[in-house]
Amino acid sequence: MNPEFHYLILGCILFSIGVLGVLIRRNVIIVLMCVELMLNAVNLILVSVCEPIFVFFIMMVAAVEVSVGLALIARIYRKFGTTDISTFGQLKG
Amino acid sequence: MSITFFWIFSVIAVISALSVILTRNPIYSVLSLIVCFFCIAGHYLLMGAPFLSAVHIIVYAGAIMVLFLFVIMLMNLKDVPEFVSQWWHYILAGVAVSALVFGVSCQLFQSYGPRVIGDMSLKALSHALFTTYAVPFELSAILFLSAVIGVVYLGKTE
Repeated sequence: MNPEFHYLILGCILFSIGVLGVLIRRNVIIVLMCVELMLNAVNLILVSVCEPIFVFFIMMVAAVEVSVGLALIARIYRKFGTTDISTFGQLKG
Repeated sequence: MSITFFWIFSVIAVISALSVILTRNPIYSVLSLIVCFFCIAGHYLLMGAPFLSAVHIIVYAGAIMVLFLFVIMLMNLKDVPEFVSQWWHYILAGVAVSALVFGVSCQLFQSYGPRVIGDMSLKALSHALFTTYAVPFELSAILFLSAVIGVVYLGKTE
């Protein structure tokens, strides 16, 4: 087996750990961190197949996503006093 | 030598990723995710991309995780339930993850060819970024500007 195949398997493992975290955690900050973990698993696979340009763009989108997401979480925490993901069902348009 | 470091980095990355989703304290989750990011940066070094490794550490460990840590320390998270309570949620999560892994790995392993040896040096990267990918580069600047405006608007107290 060539070493790139190892990176593919490692990326799959990290990605599925991230999906599992999104599905079983209720604190929305941890859910956002698991999204970061998934992005990093994809980055690892992209670097192992020599596509480093896309890694830059994914990092850029991750930085934007985290800043906007954390601002939204802080806003919702001020309104509801918690970051439990089930309170987000009370949001209206 | 390189295969030894590969296994060390991989094992630490998987263990710290698991501890991100399994610890109850969000601070410990952030610290484990930082360890995981350092291991991924080590993998980039092993793959011959030192500039990507440095950028990864600066952006993720230096900026994003500090932001997470700061937000967590600003909030009182004592009464947040950390895990979903119904048992069938875990069953559904397990089924969804295994279906995803099975489907993705079937597709990936079929289409996975031999590695195209590309140039991952800083010179080649920056040349590609400012010639072939110049339009996405400028669009990303606009995206950053809109994110800054949005965060300032969301963060101001009324």
